[in-house]
Amino acid sequence: MENLTQENKNIRINIEDLNVYYGQKKALNAINMEIKENEITAFIGPSGCGKSTLLKCLNRMNDLVPDFNMSGKITLDGEDINKKYNINDLRKKVGMVFQKPNPFEMSIYDNIAFGPRVTGIKNKDELDKIVEESLKAASIWNDVKDNLKKSALALSGGQQQRLCIARAIAVKPEVLLMDEPTSALDPISTEAIERLCEELKEKYTIVIVTHNMQQAKRIADKTAFFYIGELVEFGETHDIFKNPKEKATHRYVKGKFG
Amino acid sequence: MSKSVILRSLVYLATGLTFFSLIGIVLYVLIGGIPYLSPELFSWNYNSENVSLMPSLVNTFLTVILSLVISVPIGILAAVFLIEYADLGVAAKSKIVRCFVSVIRIAADTLAGIPSIVYGLFGMLIFVTFFHWGYSLLAGGLTMAIMTLPVIQRTTEEALISVPMNYREGAFALGAGKLRTVTHVVLPTAIPGILSGVILAIGRVVGETAALIFTAGTVAQIPTSVFDSSRTLSVHMYNLSVEGLHTHEAMATGVVLLIVVVIINWLSELVANKIRPVK
Repeated sequence: MENLTQENKNIRINIEDLNVYYGQKKALNAINMEIKENEITAFIGPSGCGKSTLLKCLNRMNDLVPDFNMSGKITLDGEDINKKYNINDLRKKVGMVFQKPNPFEMSIYDNIAFGPRVTGIKNKDELDKIVEESLKAASIWNDVKDNLKKSALALSGGQQQRLCIARAIAVKPEVLLMDEPTSALDPISTEAIERLCEELKEKYTIVIVTHNMQQAKRIADKTAFFYIGELVEFGETHDIFKNPKEKATHRYVKGKFG
Repeated sequence: MSKSVILRSLVYLATGLTFFSLIGIVLYVLIGGIPYLSPELFSWNYNSENVSLMPSLVNTFLTVILSLVISVPIGILAAVFLIEYADLGVAAKSKIVRCFVSVIRIAADTLAGIPSIVYGLFGMLIFVTFFHWGYSLLAGGLTMAIMTLPVIQRTTEEALISVPMNYREGAFALGAGKLRTVTHVVLPTAIPGILSGVILAIGRVVGETAALIFTAGTVAQIPTSVFDSSRTLSVHMYNLSVEGLHTHEAMATGVVLLIVVVIINWLSELVANKIRPVK
């Protein structure tokens, strides 16, 4: 039964023969993978394995890196993200949450309203509604509802990260990319974010890069293991952790290296 | 004596010297000047009887405003181009742009280090003589604008560099374009740094004498047009001291100048807090 529902899910992102170079250095080699909707897909692997690089290809964040180069094709809902999409429209559809919480030096309200304002929403009532909905969706509304005019920098690290998730949601994306979203947080905040991810996957396709294997095990439906720029193994999370096919995967998930 | 005791006394000594030289100067000016602060010093028209500083005070404000109106926007825009577009933008890939940028930086650094008398000479030859503006508020203001431009530009660059990269990434990730990211996220965050550059620039204009004597002249009257000569407070002090007849009044003028500088700094702080979105 579980298999059946899995099969019914649509492929959201398709990566074909992706090679990534930073100058002369090859960062990713011949990556092929499919990311399905309403699932959490985790990228794991030791530092420098290319997992963050791949994540940043998905919303073209790498375009900011001067000597970045890629070949191959990435599609979102069947359309090539490098050709069919305007870069800013792509990023509205594919939101991102960063490793270090990065709220702007503005009020909580203005942080959340930033994205909607970019899309041209000026109506105060509409913005109020989006701000409230987004903060609720990121389960931080109760913490901040009386202090929306306060600086976002006054929040704790965990609250800041949830604020950043709310800010990403406010643009109404379809895919949420998370680059080690809990690595700078304490265990309690980490748990709150993980619970949040599981709620959010009902509405969004989530791709999360994590250093923490237990985290992948806890929340991810699919897990991809990367090693030195290669996608070594990709499949159901429990398979990756219980019955890995590749020796490298086995050694990594058992904590032998990395 | 142990090393740390020597080090500690050196640190205390340095702090003390800095503190007492400042206090010393301020006290000297206040004690020498306050007794001679008389109502006549503030009369609207200057003559050799009242040696009024009022016209010079007004001229100082006019010169500061005129020069900042020109140098602040140009300096900030130049810095935004250099950091946000040339260093961090797509343009960074181009060799010509990088070459162009390094020439601009060398020029700005050199300009910042040139003695002010050279600006004065340039201003005189170009604005006063070549453009036939004569010794005028306009010539002085433009010369001061050129002099403060590198100060504004360099401090703004520093302020932009200190805005964390992840603010920009955050804005881009929300679908904001370059311009919106710069105007709505980067510049507001950089305001305190930019402002310190503006205060520095104001300080340079208020304290300038040499370059202004050559360009704005020394007429102690409130100008009726930008082509009138205008003496600023510092130039006024210089003139009074040089003549040797009004050294007390020069000290009193110094007191006013000190107060003006303090007020300007306080006002800038106030403005910065107003502009910033949140504290």
